[in-house]
Amino acid sequence: MCSELLAQIVASLVAGDPDATVDGTRQALAAGIEPLAIIDGGLVPGMRIVGEKYSTGEYFLPNLIVSASGMKQAMAILVPELKARRQHLTSSGTVVIGTVRGDIHEIGKSLVATMLAANGFEVHDLGVDVPTDAFVARVKEAGANLVGLSALLTTTMHGQKDVIDALTKAGLRAQVKVMVGGAPVTRKWADDIGADGWAQDAVAAVDLATRLVAHVQQVV
Amino acid sequence: MRPTLRMLSESLVEQIIAEGMALLRDPGVRVHNEEARRLLAEAGADVDAVRLIARIPETIVRQALETTAHEFDLFTLDGRPAVHYGGDEVHFDPGSAALSILDPETNRQRVPLTADFVRLVKLVEQLPQIDAQSTAMVCGDVVPEIGDLYRLYLALNYIRKPIVTGAFRKDTWWTMKEMLVAVAGGEAALAARPIAVFDVCPSPPLLWSDLTCQNLIDCARAGIPAELVSMPLAGATAPVTLAAAVVQHTAECLSGIVIGQLARPGARVVWGGSPAAFDMREGTTPMGDVATWMIDCAYAQVGKRLGLPTHAYLGMSDAKIIDAQCGMESAGGTLLGALAGINMISGAGMMDFESCQSLEKLVIDAEIIGMAKRLVRGIEPRDEPIALSLFRKLGHRADYLAEPHTLKWFRKELYLPSPVIDRATTDGWLRKGATTAAERAAERVGSLVASYQPSPVPPELRAELRAITTRAARKFGMTALPPLPDFERV
Repeated sequence: MCSELLAQIVASLVAGDPDATVDGTRQALAAGIEPLAIIDGGLVPGMRIVGEKYSTGEYFLPNLIVSASGMKQAMAILVPELKARRQHLTSSGTVVIGTVRGDIHEIGKSLVATMLAANGFEVHDLGVDVPTDAFVARVKEAGANLVGLSALLTTTMHGQKDVIDALTKAGLRAQVKVMVGGAPVTRKWADDIGADGWAQDAVAAVDLATRLVAHVQQVV
Repeated sequence: MRPTLRMLSESLVEQIIAEGMALLRDPGVRVHNEEARRLLAEAGADVDAVRLIARIPETIVRQALETTAHEFDLFTLDGRPAVHYGGDEVHFDPGSAALSILDPETNRQRVPLTADFVRLVKLVEQLPQIDAQSTAMVCGDVVPEIGDLYRLYLALNYIRKPIVTGAFRKDTWWTMKEMLVAVAGGEAALAARPIAVFDVCPSPPLLWSDLTCQNLIDCARAGIPAELVSMPLAGATAPVTLAAAVVQHTAECLSGIVIGQLARPGARVVWGGSPAAFDMREGTTPMGDVATWMIDCAYAQVGKRLGLPTHAYLGMSDAKIIDAQCGMESAGGTLLGALAGINMISGAGMMDFESCQSLEKLVIDAEIIGMAKRLVRGIEPRDEPIALSLFRKLGHRADYLAEPHTLKWFRKELYLPSPVIDRATTDGWLRKGATTAAERAAERVGSLVASYQPSPVPPELRAELRAITTRAARKFGMTALPPLPDFERV
């Protein structure tokens, strides 16, 4: 019964049916399955399959986003349940993400934000054309340990360096890892400006973020 | 609405048909086959037994157009209808009977061998855009006299899709028929659910050779579909004006319909061809010329006016390697042929006029075909109202990527290409090896061929096909066939 319900959650994510993911999550809770078991045995493996299918070319961006939205909705149900049990997802990390100053490109940044949220990160999405200071302020306020900076133009890429420099100046650089992305952004650019990581797409960005911060763990 | 290309005005179509009929009366059609001359004479044509010319009155032609099949299906080897000849349905198969293969290692042509042919056939099985197989190359490791039937023998051991084929001799047609009957499970079964169509080619201008004419008659009698491949060469073996070349095509094909119907009323005969414009500098027959495509689309329109199933050789290139010319010419012909609603478009993989097959070009062409098929599905409203509900919901937000509406429709609305088509960012392209389309195609050929699953041909049938082919080979002094890849040890 237990494994059957979890298998249904996995299947709903793979099929891209958010309503079924939410229903499955509710049913699993009602059946007495622990929230962390639902995450580890249903949501995470489901999204992993979706990510793999995207990487092999079988799935496309809409599949990725719709499944991620299902997982996000399921997490919204599970997080209060975790709190009620005095459990919480600590080290998935708290991310401040946005497209840098002067750049209004949204799709790639939002995709990464959705995928991170779906994978248990607390995401503070600042939107597009975000002033450098706004990143710094929110990192401080949210106690973030990860910053995601998007830039789609060669003319705005420098905004990524500006944010990193501002974080250093504010004395926050040691507390956060910084990852950068966007069409013109390369691994070399990431190295040159002192970022901690670079990813080619949203699926790779989740792997990178997970590597950069500690993984999900239970805190009693 | 299905987007449609019309090359000719309605009155021009009528005039072309009228002049085509008139050509059959005067100067008539040359018929080098005795049986066809007899059939024509019996039907009332004026046959000159010395000059081998038949003058065919319009009444006979009109009668043949009444009885000929207006539509039919080709079936997969396991009995499912896969290709519908008739209406505006569009299907694709690889170009036939190439004498060489483009070797991806050397980028030069060489003689195809058994292993090459089998590889191509497996590839075609794995390409969803390609609807039918063809006996696409002539293998150099058997005696030339069995060059035609050996291709069919090889193919029948591996294919599920129906096949476009053809005979190079009168006697080998019978061997090929014997194989098809064995696979179909009897003559009646083959006629009821044909798995193959035979190309039969009149010679320009207005000539039926003994060989092709006999193939046409034999196909008609056996209930096997035949595809007329009339090939006026505008400016050389046909008039240079395109409309006049289409008149010649019309006359040649009408005479083919007549001969087919005299052999057996109701016979399935396809209005097809492989015309070309003549290149006035090189003296070659460019398949990638816009005038070639125009003749094809025009004669297809004539065939449709007569209510006939249609075929054309399109989607080929005259380039010698996979380069910009190769892609440009292949795309042009493929898109126009699809818009013209030609039922079977042969040519994928073909280059260097009609002489060379390339597996790498074939997978690139499959992408062109995928796009062409998308094109002719046209633009549908999909929702009612078309867009208002979506905009009421999303306003000015650019969140369509996350909309269930996108997930619901994107696979139907968009053609999703294979990795042969590069759409990565520059950085992504560099990371994946900075490859050319030809290099990516070579990689895809490898992975598709490796993913091929053997067709369910029972061992007894495999043995029977081998026995039929070996008997034919022995007649021409070849005692043993090359080993069948995957089934027989080298």
